[in-house]
Amino acid sequence: MTTTLTPPRTHPLRRGLTSFVRARETSILLALILVIVAATAVNPNFIFSSDGWRDLLLTPSILILVAIGQAIVIITRSVDLSVGSVLGLTAYLTGRLFIDIPGIPIVAVFLAGIVFGGLLGLINGALVAFARVPALVITLGTLYAYRGINVLWAGSDRINASDMPKDFLALGTGSLLGIPLLTIIALVVLAAAGWYMRNTRGGREFYAIGSEPAAAELYGLKVTRRILIAFVACGALAGLAGVLYAARYGTINSQAGSGFELDAVGAAVIGGVAIFGGSGTVWGAALGAALLLTINRALPILGVPDFWQRAVVGALIIGAIVLDRILALRQTRKLLEERDDTHE
Amino acid sequence: MLFRTHNTRKTRTAAVAAIALSLALVATGCSAESGTSGGTDGGGDANLAITFLPKNLGNPYFDTSDAGGETAIKEFGGTFAEVGPVEATPDGQVSYINTLTQQGVGAIVVSANDPKAIGGALTEARDAGVKVVTFDSDTDPEYRDVFINQADAEGIAKVQVDLIAEQIGDAGEVAILSASANATNQNAWIKLMEEELATNHPNITLVETVYGDDDDQTSFDKTAALLQSHPNLKGIMSPTTVGIAAAARYLQTSEYKGTVALTGLGTPNQLRDYIEDGTVTAFALWNPADLGYLAAYAAKALIEGDITGADGDSFDAGELGEFTVGADGVVLLGDPFVFDKANIGDFDF
Repeated sequence: MTTTLTPPRTHPLRRGLTSFVRARETSILLALILVIVAATAVNPNFIFSSDGWRDLLLTPSILILVAIGQAIVIITRSVDLSVGSVLGLTAYLTGRLFIDIPGIPIVAVFLAGIVFGGLLGLINGALVAFARVPALVITLGTLYAYRGINVLWAGSDRINASDMPKDFLALGTGSLLGIPLLTIIALVVLAAAGWYMRNTRGGREFYAIGSEPAAAELYGLKVTRRILIAFVACGALAGLAGVLYAARYGTINSQAGSGFELDAVGAAVIGGVAIFGGSGTVWGAALGAALLLTINRALPILGVPDFWQRAVVGALIIGAIVLDRILALRQTRKLLEERDDTHE
Repeated sequence: MLFRTHNTRKTRTAAVAAIALSLALVATGCSAESGTSGGTDGGGDANLAITFLPKNLGNPYFDTSDAGGETAIKEFGGTFAEVGPVEATPDGQVSYINTLTQQGVGAIVVSANDPKAIGGALTEARDAGVKVVTFDSDTDPEYRDVFINQADAEGIAKVQVDLIAEQIGDAGEVAILSASANATNQNAWIKLMEEELATNHPNITLVETVYGDDDDQTSFDKTAALLQSHPNLKGIMSPTTVGIAAAARYLQTSEYKGTVALTGLGTPNQLRDYIEDGTVTAFALWNPADLGYLAAYAAKALIEGDITGADGDSFDAGELGEFTVGADGVVLLGDPFVFDKANIGDFDF
């Protein structure tokens, strides 16, 4: 909550432009464009082939969904490390539903995945909200517990592409007017979450809780309920991502989605969501996800050896956090100065 | 995964899973009934009661191999049985081995979950006169009579190179999509594949080896990167079941489908779709049914005293012909089996 002081009166369009240029998200967008331009300069196929264009949009879509949920949770000053396991479990559930209930409608599978993910999120949220244990510890526990259940359930079994209906698998790779279906789903969810977080009372309460939980409580906000909602939303989005994971990759074993939690937290942090809550946007997290995965795809094309690619991603995350800290300090100083000025 | 080498994250997850598992096993009172009559004598004076003990039950791979064993045992008039734990834990097989020893079966044919953990139980079994054959996954050599090896590294490397050479007309650029960069099996195979390419296929150039970490998404993205960065690429070899499935899934809807060949090691269930729609023409693995069949005949030969497991012993294995025991009591099944459109319908694992 850093924009509470009265803004200077300027033309709305100009104000909009200034805030766009100043926004954290803009720098991420620029970085993303830079990566795409560099990779395309080296290899025009990066966007100018049908595969390249599709992959550019398709690859980040699943992570964007998970990162949106993660951003909402982080904004409330929690973290959900179990999203990778939730994704894996729902992906396996998706495959099992198609095998065990032949002819089940695809919509029902989507609903089942979302509800199941939401339930797993509810468990996280309840443990965090009622047991008052830091989310880091709780979700680290459920990260392993959910994965354990997955291993127990799936064992060495594997869901194969031939086990799932063709129509469903086509969702994972198909496109509409040159835009992959998965990307459309991700963008719709993103727009809805972005609008909710920015424009509604409920959305702003997430920020209030993340900025100062004690003050939010004193002010009378229903902190417990908000935290539960954040975790359920995060779980449900991871569940949706799990269903789409099954559609896209067509192969699911007990390890599906492991490591996704770190990508999701990384995406949120790179996208300017402060790790201590209270600031950042889901748009930023989505851009962070796109940047993270586009870099992953661009580095091999730019000739960066396999082993260095992770290091680059790590440097990016550290850079984002340092930048975040510097900006926060500068902002605080500026706000203090402005306050002092008005008091004089 | 058949070819996975564990990295730390997976090992940790596995450890948690193991704890969860042991709790579950305790809770269910160590279920998994041993539905066998075991000790009945087969034919003649030899005790041809042969029991298969796979890594775990309900695993399609072992269902196939044990069915092969059953076929063989019916052929020579023995008694087939199959027991095993529900989950593939290191010591989960010990209690089954002890029970089979008490029942006095003729031979145990086991795919070991751990090279050492079941050693003590197997030694007791052999002291009691039970013959021990390992297949698919070996124990340390001192714990068993013979090991039926599904394929050797040379055979695995050669079949993949042969397949890709055949599919791309023995000339052009190829790449390898492997598991993780430190996967022992894959690295050994890749080295042999490189040698095979250099000596017998001078017109094929290996342009790059990339590592998909046996992860669907990573393998998927690495396939995309390979196709983009090598516009003249004609073929991809993936000596890992995860890699080949991910690469096939990418190729299936890519503009390169049909122009870039893909082969490697995979299982029929995993690749059935891609074989049927032409994304993949042929791939290799051993035939688990033959593996079980051969293991059963080896057990029979041990029980009847035709072989002792010494180097150079030879025995008859029905339809598969004559086999010879190699060094360390290892019997090699033979060259890997090639799956294609014509035969994939016969397999379900």
